[in-house]
Amino acid sequence: MSINAAPTGAEAAVEKTGQRATVPTQRGGRRKPPLSENKKAERKLGLLLCAPAALVMVLVTAYPIIYSFWLSLQRYDLRFPDQREFIGLENYVTVLSNEFWWTAFGVTTLITVVTVAVELVLGMGLAIIMHRTLVGRGLVRTSALIPYGIVTVVAAFSWRYAWTPGTGYLADLFSDGAPLTERASALAIIMLAEIWKTTPFMALLLMAGLALVPEDLLKAASTDGATAWQKFTKVMLPVMKPAILVALLFRTLDAFRVFDNIFVLTAGGNETSSVSMLAYNNLLRGLNLGIGSTMSVLIFLTVAIIAFVFVKLFGTAAPGSDDGERR
Amino acid sequence: MADIVLDKVSKSFPDGTVAVQDVDLEIADGEFVILVGPSGCGKSTTLNMIAGLEDISSGELRIGGQRVNDKAPRDRDIAMVFQSYALYPNMTVRENMAFPLRLAKLDKETIDQKVDEAAKVLELVPLLDRKPANLSGGQRQRVAMGRAIVRQPKAFLMDEPLSNLDAKLRVQMRTVVSRLQKKLGTTTVYVTHDQTEAMTLGDRVVIMRGGAVQQVGAPQELYDHPRNLFVAGFIGSPSMNFLHAAVQDGGLHTALGDVPLGDRVRRELEAADAPRELILGIRPEHFEDAELVDEDTRRRGIEFEAPVDIVESMGSDKYVYFTVEGERASAAELEELAADAGAADFAGAGGNLVTRLSAESPVVEGQSRRVWFNLEKIHLFDPTNGRNLTLHEGRAAGALAD
Ligand SMILES: Nc1ncnc2c1ncn2[C@@H]1O[C@H](COP(=O)(O)OP(=O)(O)OP(=O)(O)O)[C@@H](O)[C@H]1O
Ligand SMILES: [Mg+2]
Repeated sequence: MSINAAPTGAEAAVEKTGQRATVPTQRGGRRKPPLSENKKAERKLGLLLCAPAALVMVLVTAYPIIYSFWLSLQRYDLRFPDQREFIGLENYVTVLSNEFWWTAFGVTTLITVVTVAVELVLGMGLAIIMHRTLVGRGLVRTSALIPYGIVTVVAAFSWRYAWTPGTGYLADLFSDGAPLTERASALAIIMLAEIWKTTPFMALLLMAGLALVPEDLLKAASTDGATAWQKFTKVMLPVMKPAILVALLFRTLDAFRVFDNIFVLTAGGNETSSVSMLAYNNLLRGLNLGIGSTMSVLIFLTVAIIAFVFVKLFGTAAPGSDDGERR
Repeated sequence: MADIVLDKVSKSFPDGTVAVQDVDLEIADGEFVILVGPSGCGKSTTLNMIAGLEDISSGELRIGGQRVNDKAPRDRDIAMVFQSYALYPNMTVRENMAFPLRLAKLDKETIDQKVDEAAKVLELVPLLDRKPANLSGGQRQRVAMGRAIVRQPKAFLMDEPLSNLDAKLRVQMRTVVSRLQKKLGTTTVYVTHDQTEAMTLGDRVVIMRGGAVQQVGAPQELYDHPRNLFVAGFIGSPSMNFLHAAVQDGGLHTALGDVPLGDRVRRELEAADAPRELILGIRPEHFEDAELVDEDTRRRGIEFEAPVDIVESMGSDKYVYFTVEGERASAAELEELAADAGAADFAGAGGNLVTRLSAESPVVEGQSRRVWFNLEKIHLFDPTNGRNLTLHEGRAAGALAD
């Protein structure tokens, strides 16, 4: 029974980080150094209003996080339950000096950077198209969102069949080998599947940002002599910056936890494992709760660092903090 | 600097809305022209077409003698000021004002010099390094003006630039705009909702209704010689009084008594298709307390007696509201005007008569009072098409003209 509890707990811990990160994010954006009495009272009220939600979250997330951390400090392999023992940070040394971990870490980082970058560009294009279309707007938006509506595992299976030699239409079209069995092409296919799946989500977030750009601002830029490109880079992007950062934050956190596509497409073969795959393999396949939990905690830390960096970016560079006062 | 010519310009939107219809307008170089009209009459659309922000469906637009229908906004060399100010939130005041110059690829020194100059004119110097979010409404408005004037465009287009300011600031900014325009001598088209702005700012006023131009002229001319019912009711505050008038044996029967008619109006009414009912329009200042009118003047008008509702003493004169019985004047134009002004502001067609009497008038609320009004100043409108029947060669001549 406890076998299941640990991994779900660990996963939940990672899961929650993504959500928690948004809370300080928003607060960070509005932070103003000197607080008047009035502002203090307002802030107190704000904290009180947040308290119930925060409390529930602590209850739900704190236990699994603490429990995984506790597990990560032990030698605890379910195949050898007798050898269970407190060993301090030894698991961390083991993991961090392990080349599989670093390979997986590299793969995950690569997937994160490439997919998020491509998704940002494609998502922006899609968002603009969805925002601008006048005829058949509903149809355009709905069809653009279809990939996002499909369950990831289902989509992953259809990609797998498509790339399987003999039966798949894509495999026959693009290569004569088995692309999912070669590392480079397998990674490319994983990234393709990720991008196909989550670009609509990116587009949706960016479209909300586009709606923030007042029509008059673009008109003003037109009469001021801006070309379409200058309007985009000099007016739209700066105004959208907070929305872009939010979209990037969400997607980066999500992308770093990539699992389903890899699980279905390659099962981590040929060094295509992500860190989440590796943790899963150690926890559930290897039944090594100590090492698996250590990996979960490390993923948690990485995700926390990513969130922290984004929050810093918000704090310094959001023109929204200027805009915000006009609410 | 340049003149702007609209030649039968129309705009219909893809959904079939015709926002602007066959507008003919010649705006001279350096002229200050005001577009007014009720909400939705096509003022902004007209302005956007001049700016190039909306395509022109038909007709021709010439700026400085050159057809610009197909030119992008950036190639028309016009500057626009918006009601929302439309300042770039990520840029400081200086950067906002420098933006059009930077896009025009001027060198940094020239840009700085021009921005400083404009900032001085608009008293923005201490604010140059602030972001728009940290400015007051009036300051934002001045920055928007600054951004428009720095590059010395061919024309300024302003879409209700002062509407978001409070009353006092609006008066201040009005003089700023007026002075700036005189100083720079740049052709300006200014859209407003505000009577006072329309009457005080411009050289000429264009009154629009439902996408069509009703009348173009100097403010005083529109006030004295309205071409139709709509213009008459739109210009003036408090607005003109409108009464139902039935044509009867060469005269008019109204709630204020029987009004004699001069030969000219009578001839008009003899035509076969002439209306049997008219709308009589008379401005508040053309009434006077009957006691205070001398014999000579008395002959030019008629008198009536009515109960006094409210007296508002303004010091220099008194606004006196009377209740009058009788049929209401009704016409599509009047309903439209009432809807636009909000029923409270437009008493024109109701059972209320607004008069402006001399301050010496001993009028008391609740009592009856004899009042005289000037027949030479009244207007008669055809309720079916709103045409002013008393207008002769562009001049209003009153009811008695021969
Ligand atoms: N994009 C559009 N599609 C369809 N109809 C439009 C569009 N934009 C404006 N209209 C219509 O065109 C007409 C004129 O609009 P416009 O904005 O020019 O009015 P306006 O005189 O500026 O009014 P206001 O004083 O309220 O600003 C209105 O009836 C409006 O509903
Ligand atoms: Mg408008």
